[in-house]
Amino acid sequence: MPKLLKDKAIVDNDWQVLPKDFSGSLPDAPCFVPLDYWLANKDQLQKPDSIGVWLDAEQEPEQLAGDIAGLQHLAVNFPSFMDGRGFSIARLIRERYQFSGELRAIGQIVPDQLFYLSRCGFDAFCLDALALDDEADDKHKLEDYLATFSVTYQACVNEQQPLFRRRHG
Amino acid sequence: MYIYDQHDKTLIGERVAQYRRQTDDYLAGKIPDGVFLPLRLQNGLYVQRLAPMLRINIPYGMVSATQLRALAHITRQYDKGYAHFTTRQNIQLNWPQLEEVPDILAELAAVEMQGIQSSGSCIRNVTSDEFAGINPDEIEDPRPWCEIIRQWSTLHPEFAFLPRKFKIAVSGAKSDRAAIQVHDIGLQVLRNAADEVGFKVLVGGGLGRSPAIGEVIKDFLPAKHLLTYLEAILRVYNRYGRRDNKYKARIKILVKAWTAEVFADKVEQEWLQQIDSPSTLTDAVIAHAKDFFTSPAYESVDVASCETTLQKLAGEQIAFAKWRDRNVISHKVAGYCAVHLSLKPTGVAPGDVTDSQLEAIADLADRYSFSEVRVTHHQNLVLGDVKLSDLPELWQAAKKLGFATPSIGTLVDMICCPGGDFCSLANAKSIPVAEAIQRRFDDLDYLYDLGDIKLNISGCMNACGHHHVGNIGILGVDKKGEEFYQIQLGGSALNDASLGKVLGPSFYAHEVPDVLERILQIYVDRRIEGETFLDTHRRIGIAPFKEFIYAKAA
Repeated sequence: MPKLLKDKAIVDNDWQVLPKDFSGSLPDAPCFVPLDYWLANKDQLQKPDSIGVWLDAEQEPEQLAGDIAGLQHLAVNFPSFMDGRGFSIARLIRERYQFSGELRAIGQIVPDQLFYLSRCGFDAFCLDALALDDEADDKHKLEDYLATFSVTYQACVNEQQPLFRRRHG
Repeated sequence: MYIYDQHDKTLIGERVAQYRRQTDDYLAGKIPDGVFLPLRLQNGLYVQRLAPMLRINIPYGMVSATQLRALAHITRQYDKGYAHFTTRQNIQLNWPQLEEVPDILAELAAVEMQGIQSSGSCIRNVTSDEFAGINPDEIEDPRPWCEIIRQWSTLHPEFAFLPRKFKIAVSGAKSDRAAIQVHDIGLQVLRNAADEVGFKVLVGGGLGRSPAIGEVIKDFLPAKHLLTYLEAILRVYNRYGRRDNKYKARIKILVKAWTAEVFADKVEQEWLQQIDSPSTLTDAVIAHAKDFFTSPAYESVDVASCETTLQKLAGEQIAFAKWRDRNVISHKVAGYCAVHLSLKPTGVAPGDVTDSQLEAIADLADRYSFSEVRVTHHQNLVLGDVKLSDLPELWQAAKKLGFATPSIGTLVDMICCPGGDFCSLANAKSIPVAEAIQRRFDDLDYLYDLGDIKLNISGCMNACGHHHVGNIGILGVDKKGEEFYQIQLGGSALNDASLGKVLGPSFYAHEVPDVLERILQIYVDRRIEGETFLDTHRRIGIAPFKEFIYAKAA
């Protein structure tokens, strides 16, 4: 199972991501179900410790608005690392719907996006999507990618005050 | 000008370090081409036809003498001793080495310059009016707002992978000199009846493949809501802009598909969710931004006696009179003026400058204009604060350096992209066409008689030369491997913005000067006293031009 970068550490990942057209019965392991499956079956899926929901880039987090309080694991897919919709989805999930559980980036992300991804509210990153080995040298520690910049101008999920307010007290 | 504090300096230093590591990784094969592409683009590095090209931001066109000297040094050290001012107030190096770009960025950072987001599918350098802060027709200085937008957009984590590039322009004057109607977002600074500052917001303008004039989605946005409203527009675009076809990915396509009303409503819904969030501007922040753009220490000038001297010189030297008439612009402060340094002498690619010219411009700025220079989107430079009494001396100096071509605003003061000589996107060359036109129309009296005409040349439909909004636009096209030039008439990027209409079948390069001559002949024959070319064209329409140009030989 591919590793996970979570809470700035590399950990084992025992969660499966079920395909977008998934139907049938769930595996006997923690898993992310696709949004449509969740919406159709959510009454039977109230096991937040082992069932999460994943959204694709074109899907609307608005559809999950009422369910977010009862969930602990969400994931957003990046069909291509150039497709930036997931950044907006993550901010909506965190800032508008106040999700406080694990928000995982899955799909085609690259290490140089970790800083922006984490600013937008992701706190877990699927390493199988990352191009670097987890046995990286000193210049390529994945956790360092999360700290590329010590200064940020904008308000975002991990910093609610824009720099102009911090600058001026 | 804006001056970096410790935060800005730290950020730009960390950006250079990041890009150095990315470049090392790329050269070591650890980052594949496709992944490196957006990383280098978002630091300004394109790969062109013959070599990489590095685009360096000049935020809203303001550049200091110190920065010009650093640019001169960089062109000498890392390039071939020249650089190119673009139609977006930026400057480009044509021959940098990919491996040396981190060093170039480090040298730029030392003088508070960078190439962050100057290319790529992200929010680009914000542009504005070259006469910001000095023009008599100004409502509000746009530059503090531009700087607030610059900081907000720099490394914005949500909007670094947009469907396509995104350009914002701000005008604070009654006359739009920033082409706000042909930008993804155009902002017009206004004062309402209660004398409060705010913005009229336009979206969906743009040139390129599907040119469009922007539409107003907010008549008056109170200034403090600037960033939350921009964030709402960008979020709607980021989520719903098309990503399946790069030619349909600009915000203008989304606005057209939804209609401006629907788009405005969607933005409003999004904005109301974030209104009054901490990104709302405070009075202190606005005051802080304005502090960087206060008036310099203007001296009191004896205007009457100055005018007597200048009139006398103009009487003795017609060349001075012509130069003052075309290249010197009025100023809000009595006794001062703004002076264009023309980068359009015949035989030089429009907007090109050498290393020693950059240094000479820095010297002129130090001596005559408080050490600041402005870049215009017409690819000229402006000394913004020149004492009237310095004009004769400045004229002599500018003449000696080749910056006194007295043609600002005329046919030969054309906008021109680098074209097929440099750019890998181009279908045709544009610089030789510009030069052929300058050589044909070398009679200044004829040019002055024609008056203000905007001639814009692009080497391909991506429209870096803004051909759609030239009164006369020339577009290079490729037909079966041969270069042809299509001509459009009737465009404008001013308050009366409009898109030009195609005259008819395209021409060979060598035919272009003749065709232009015939177009201008129609104007001269048909104009009514006081009409500009655009006025006449709008009154008589394109048909008389078409008939004359394409008339079969009898």
